[in-house]
Amino acid sequence: MSVRVRRSRILLPALGLLLLLAFWLSLALGPLRLPLVDSLLALLRLAGLPLSGEGLEQAELIVGQIRLPRTLLGLAVGSVLALSGVAMQALFRNPLADPGLIGVSGGAALGAALAIVGGSLSGAGESPEASPYLLSASAFAGGLAVTALVYRLGRHDGRTRVATMLLAGLALSALAGAAVGLCGYLADDAALRRLTFWNLGSLSGASYARLWPLLLATLGVALWLPRRAGALNALLLGESEARHLGFDVERLKRELVFCTALGVGAAVAAAGLIGFVGLLVPHLLRLLCGPDHRLLLPAAMLGGASLLLFADLLARLLLAPAELPLGIVTALLGAPFFLWLLRREPL
Amino acid sequence: MLRVEGLAVQRGGRQVLRGIDLDLRPGELLGVLGPNGAGKSSLLAALSGELRPTAGQVRLDGRALADWPGLERARRLAVLPQSPALEFAFRVEEVVGFGRLPHASGRQRDTQIVARALAVADIAHLLGRSYLSLSGGERQRVHLARVLAQLWPGGAQRVLLLDEPTSMLDPLHQHSILQAVREFAGQGTAVLAILHDLNLAARYCDRLLLLADGRAWALGSPEEVLRAGPLKAVFGLDVLVQRHPERGHPLIVAR
Repeated sequence: MSVRVRRSRILLPALGLLLLLAFWLSLALGPLRLPLVDSLLALLRLAGLPLSGEGLEQAELIVGQIRLPRTLLGLAVGSVLALSGVAMQALFRNPLADPGLIGVSGGAALGAALAIVGGSLSGAGESPEASPYLLSASAFAGGLAVTALVYRLGRHDGRTRVATMLLAGLALSALAGAAVGLCGYLADDAALRRLTFWNLGSLSGASYARLWPLLLATLGVALWLPRRAGALNALLLGESEARHLGFDVERLKRELVFCTALGVGAAVAAAGLIGFVGLLVPHLLRLLCGPDHRLLLPAAMLGGASLLLFADLLARLLLAPAELPLGIVTALLGAPFFLWLLRREPL
Repeated sequence: MLRVEGLAVQRGGRQVLRGIDLDLRPGELLGVLGPNGAGKSSLLAALSGELRPTAGQVRLDGRALADWPGLERARRLAVLPQSPALEFAFRVEEVVGFGRLPHASGRQRDTQIVARALAVADIAHLLGRSYLSLSGGERQRVHLARVLAQLWPGGAQRVLLLDEPTSMLDPLHQHSILQAVREFAGQGTAVLAILHDLNLAARYCDRLLLLADGRAWALGSPEEVLRAGPLKAVFGLDVLVQRHPERGHPLIVAR
């Protein structure tokens, strides 16, 4: 049995354990550190078990109100970004493709910028109750709209050309970037600061109300993509080859674009722009278990969630009690690691 | 099995095929010959449903190709592309196993079939290797094994289309692979192969189609098609046609 086959047998259980560990630590650690056992007991209390003990009520409050929604947010963002990365790499048949390629991140950034700066200019941003949801909705809509436009531009004679889509995505992302820059130019200092922080991503705004749309989107993507694992494998051979193997390639491409727009759009709307997860996690896992999507998709889901939770722990702890933006941590971890991967012997 | 009537295809405003009639029969190996740009690959693309005909029909088992549901068609018709671009480090047996994707024959049966297809394509020794570490000729044999696995075990209901299956192979494997394809056809599968080497075509094909400028110049047995006149007219090449001293099929030598 080859090393890779043996590795692939233990990969999913190992990633599952890693995620459990990340989940546990993410509940316990932070500016106010809870004993590890207490964080678990607090979780059980939240689930309705009649436990009592010293400091447990406070732990329940911290876990229930702050840490659990934040942890669930990180879990959903990490897994949906990694899954979307796998989807885009299959669509473009390139292991270096990134979910941002089809314009969803650029569009979401523009949507957020319009909400922040538009809100501050019109005075609506003064109401802190409404603006986070307006911001999320606007970012999600922006991501979806730009992706739909990119997809439309890639259509030709009833077929989608991924090369055209790639270039259209680049051009529209640049355009969206210019518009974001213009928004920043017009913004006042407070709005500019919000815009900057939003662009760097963070889980600190987590709340259950923000969580549900993302959890639903993540669940949808996580249930849908693995059903297409065989088709994704075939797609890596080429579009004609996948058609010869009996798959409806046009439909598959539509599904991949839609899943990515939905997943990344929802993730960016909830937590801002967080780079490198969609690129790095699938790439790393392919080195461990090979490119077979039947294994890669569940592995990416677990691995992406774990990576994001650990990165968020660093963001919380490194400068405690202040917080680093999460996008800075993922880029600081991701970019050097990625360079190291690139310099390795290609497999 | 695969019937073509009055086929015409346009590509980028140019007429690349016109008036092609062809009946691909069960158990035969039909070679397609012609100079570059004669329309060989367009013919194969039209036969596999990748290019829509501007006129005429392609029927698989009496039913227009476009009317076949994808999976059902994939169990009957397989296509070996000229140069597939796979950039991911699948293992050899995984790539060959993709041929089983349209089937629901179970993991155990699929593993057996993949092993048999690997043996037929003479790549059993590559088991466990990464596809990306293979040479061009080895990759070509991996994809041949893949399409054989897709149609396995062959039989009268199936059609195999091969686009230059020997283009990257060494001399020994040019022969052994075409011999293997011949034997696969012997189980009843109708095989069409685009070839460039006239002598390989003469030796292994039952019938030959000579294409020139999008038209069928000649269709018949190797003895009928491989004559000095048609070859001069189509390729512009002066040849001597002799008989193979041991096997009797035409042997083409450039003058």
